[in-house]
Amino acid sequence: MTQVPEAPLLSVEDLHVTYDTPTGLVRAVSGVSFELGREKLGIVGESGSGKSQTGRAILGLTAPGGQVRARRLDFEGTDLLNANHSTMRRIRGAGISMIMQDPKYSLNPVMTVGAQIAEAFRIHSKASKQEARLRTLEMLRTVKIREPERVYKAYPHEVSGGMGQRIMIAMMMIPEPDIIIADEPTSALDVTVQLQVLAVLDDMISERGMGLIFISHDLNLIASFCDRILIMYGGKVMEECTAADLGQAKHPYTRGLLNCLPSLEGGHDELPVLQRDPSWLTSPGVPE
Amino acid sequence: MIDIQSLDVVFGHGRKVFHAVRDVSLHVEQGQSYGLVGESGSGKTTVLRALAGLLGRVARVSGEMRVAQESLQGQLRSQQFRRHVQMVFQDPFGSLHPRHTVDTILSEPARVHRLDRIEQRVVQALEEVGLDASFRFRYPHQISGGQRQRVSIARALITDPEIILLDEPTSALDVSVQAEVLNLLMRLKREHGLTYILVSHNLAVIAHMCESLSVMQNGAVVETMSVQQLRDHSPAMPYTSQLMIASLGYDRAAIDAFEEFG
Repeated sequence: MTQVPEAPLLSVEDLHVTYDTPTGLVRAVSGVSFELGREKLGIVGESGSGKSQTGRAILGLTAPGGQVRARRLDFEGTDLLNANHSTMRRIRGAGISMIMQDPKYSLNPVMTVGAQIAEAFRIHSKASKQEARLRTLEMLRTVKIREPERVYKAYPHEVSGGMGQRIMIAMMMIPEPDIIIADEPTSALDVTVQLQVLAVLDDMISERGMGLIFISHDLNLIASFCDRILIMYGGKVMEECTAADLGQAKHPYTRGLLNCLPSLEGGHDELPVLQRDPSWLTSPGVPE
Repeated sequence: MIDIQSLDVVFGHGRKVFHAVRDVSLHVEQGQSYGLVGESGSGKTTVLRALAGLLGRVARVSGEMRVAQESLQGQLRSQQFRRHVQMVFQDPFGSLHPRHTVDTILSEPARVHRLDRIEQRVVQALEEVGLDASFRFRYPHQISGGQRQRVSIARALITDPEIILLDEPTSALDVSVQAEVLNLLMRLKREHGLTYILVSHNLAVIAHMCESLSVMQNGAVVETMSVQQLRDHSPAMPYTSQLMIASLGYDRAAIDAFEEFG
């Protein structure tokens, strides 16, 4: 089957996020470029690499005091950098939505789960309350929640972490966005629950042909879950590769990250320690 | 060195009773690293806290615990025990006093145990964890997460312990920093002949550090195995093999085969 080349959903060119602090200018993201199609793109990096800041800048969620600049930040023909508030409100949720790390903090604690999901649906459509309720129950079933009627009436503190994250996914999916940005969506969960939640996300994304930006510190998880990977360090993209080729990654930072992971089969030997090279930041990309 | 027989820990009373640890027995030889692995709520940390005597009166603890021929009664521990058994906690943000300097943090256990040459001990402990003496007068918020965990380890070393109980010592750290801290723990164990019990949810970390391990679930030990069995991917129990498959990464087909273990 030949693939028809289509325009990317999202183009990011030379994105910069800076914070002016009393101790000087902090460059959280400097010069990140990528395109996202209907695929699963992973952004991996350690803390402070700028991966979350990249995701937030796309949705205009950079914290107050932060400056976002880019040559291009385009979502299906809309310039996200110069979009006004009402355009951004329409895009957030229905165009691009975001799944955060911890459902405990990102769900409204004084609103039932069902009411929150139904609200997300009604804001982006003209549906009646009754219709929104039916869609919400259907959505809860889609994210594999066994008793949707009971969970609809539950408050966030009454559900487990894994279920909370399924609820978040349901809420983000119900306005049918084209792009989902998931920022460490399963890092707070146990491994088996983590994989089950990811399976739910994976199935929905491939059924609906959406684009996913998956932000994580977990190299193994990203390599096994995503199609393509950006490796970030110090606000810059060090290397880009397909997930299948991660084993053959060339950049010393990527290699260092891969090598310093303990493995089930490995011995008790000393783990290779990552030696950071300042030249990675002055000349990003794979050194010759 | 450490011998635990049929340990039970129960929190709460009446209808709110919670059986956190059920009939757990384990044996750790001197100089060994023993792993406790399990998902959240499996009781692995509670076993460690019961051994260290940190549960106080909130829990009912029964069973027999012996450490180096000393039989442990209830949750009270002797001065001797508290000097020779130290603990390193998961979160280096939460376990270091935010308004104490590294120097105060490190010298406090030495003062409590009336040790001599405190200043020398502080400098030496810092050196052993790879920090120079300039760190003495900094506060926890002025140093990175990895350095903070090194300070926690230095604090444990100050009293010349024989046993260190490690509760998820690297799960809050980046992988590159995790590698440094794991290497440090391995070296200290070699140099000081330490005995470790390491609690972790990460099978790879346990496989790297330990010689034997117990897999816990719902408060009980599901399986006790050697690290060789883990490396050969030959666990006896289905729960352990599911945990192993899950730790290898995302595999859409394998996930549908996951079972609920209650």
